[in-house]
Amino acid sequence: MPHPVLASPDLIRFEGDTPHLVGSRCDECGEVYFPATDSCTRCTATRMSPHDVGHRGTLWSWTIQGFLPKAPYNSGETPETFRPYGVGYVEMASGIKVESRLTVADETQLQIGMPLELTLIPYRTTGEGEVFTFAFRPSASA
Amino acid sequence: MAQDVAIIGIGLHPFGRHDTLTGRAQGAIALRAALKDAGIGWESVGIAYGGSHDAGNADALCNDLGLTGLPFINVANGCATGGSALASAVAAIRSGSAEFAVAVGFDKHPRGAFNPHPRDWGLPDWYGETGLMLTTQFFALKTRRYMHEHGITEDALVRVAQRAFRNGALNPQAWRRREMSYAEIAESMPVNLPLRQYMFCNPAEGGAALVLCPAEIAKRYHPKPIIVKAAVVRTRHHGSFEVFSPALAAQQAPAPTVTASRAAFEQAGVGARDIDVLQLQDTDSGSEIIHMAENGFCEHGEQERLLRDGETEIGGRLPINTDGGCLANGEPIGASGLRQVIEICTQLRQEAGARQVPGDPRLGYTHVYGAPGVSGVTILQR
Repeated sequence: MPHPVLASPDLIRFEGDTPHLVGSRCDECGEVYFPATDSCTRCTATRMSPHDVGHRGTLWSWTIQGFLPKAPYNSGETPETFRPYGVGYVEMASGIKVESRLTVADETQLQIGMPLELTLIPYRTTGEGEVFTFAFRPSASA
Repeated sequence: MAQDVAIIGIGLHPFGRHDTLTGRAQGAIALRAALKDAGIGWESVGIAYGGSHDAGNADALCNDLGLTGLPFINVANGCATGGSALASAVAAIRSGSAEFAVAVGFDKHPRGAFNPHPRDWGLPDWYGETGLMLTTQFFALKTRRYMHEHGITEDALVRVAQRAFRNGALNPQAWRRREMSYAEIAESMPVNLPLRQYMFCNPAEGGAALVLCPAEIAKRYHPKPIIVKAAVVRTRHHGSFEVFSPALAAQQAPAPTVTASRAAFEQAGVGARDIDVLQLQDTDSGSEIIHMAENGFCEHGEQERLLRDGETEIGGRLPINTDGGCLANGEPIGASGLRQVIEICTQLRQEAGARQVPGDPRLGYTHVYGAPGVSGVTILQR
């Protein structure tokens, strides 16, 4: 199956059809970053290596975006067609918390600590078709 | 010991919406009012620090006030612009480089939430384009996590907003002057849950200005000079939970508010218990609650009880945002931090009218927080 068109391809790496987040890791102190950076704000080193941040995590905090963001948000929605979306910080295996859209936007279905897994969702449509971005969805296990 | 610096003039152009006035015009009105309060002319000012986020370069004020050749430094430090201007003005006087200094700010923002551009903040385009770069989201995410860790409920969020509008109703210069019921706030539109419409301040317009001089000559210019015991600005450390963060580090570190607050108390030689009246950045109800503890005024988790018991009211032990804060005044970024200082000066001068803190307030405190993780704290003494 061909991989979907992504808003930012360098954030994602595929293992088969499973998307993983790609970040970086400091060669000196081991601190993990997402997205990848070329310097370490913890120890000020500048030698960084690519790092697989993974595809599973737990919900660390969440909100529901209740109004249509202004530009540079470019989903193409209008205030009339806008549908609220979930946003959260997701704690990954290394302890880093990644900010991400959530597939769930129902406050009764979101709870800090719930297990999540990475997926890709279409968030806008262009002349060439749908553009995808990363999001987390509920999963059976962390 | 560095010499003390005093505020001898305060001037405010009320915050709100002023369709017929530019941001700069509001800044000029505030600045002229501050100079009049100090009883000095613009030509006496030796150095000025000023900022505006959306209303042009602050040094364009010289075109209104007069082209006297003074050094005028434009300050651009987000919501901490006013605090940064004040800290710089204090340092200039302490260094002896000027006898009279001005800190001024003004702004005029479009309606609705701010729409920052990722590249201005060193962030990739996708972060904004996919809908993750909103200040309101950050405040909600930090508040949600804080409530979870420290057992705070939505009740506290409502009470902060209720008190802000109650105080705003007592302040003739406030923008929002209508008290709101508990239910009106608790049932208002969800903006970014757990935060709702009336728990957020709005971008607004307005101007604010201060005139400062060495404390030893201050009484020649104003009968009630206010001494700046500390004016501190600090930025974020690796690991603190800041606005515009695509990820947070595994190990959490204290917010810049914590480091700025500690440094200010140390500089002033006083503690949180000595403060009689205070201003805390309340871009939203959750932020004010977090800032109560980050500034050392209570333990984490203690806020809900303090709010419920009325301790943060004008007549309480810890009167917070007596002029209605950002929630009732709105936030013109360049002017907002100076509005806080002006309110504390007004309280310490005992000139706050219906919202005057009772007793004999001697020490006041102000705190701002802004993107991308900068805090400014002042401690002021009558």
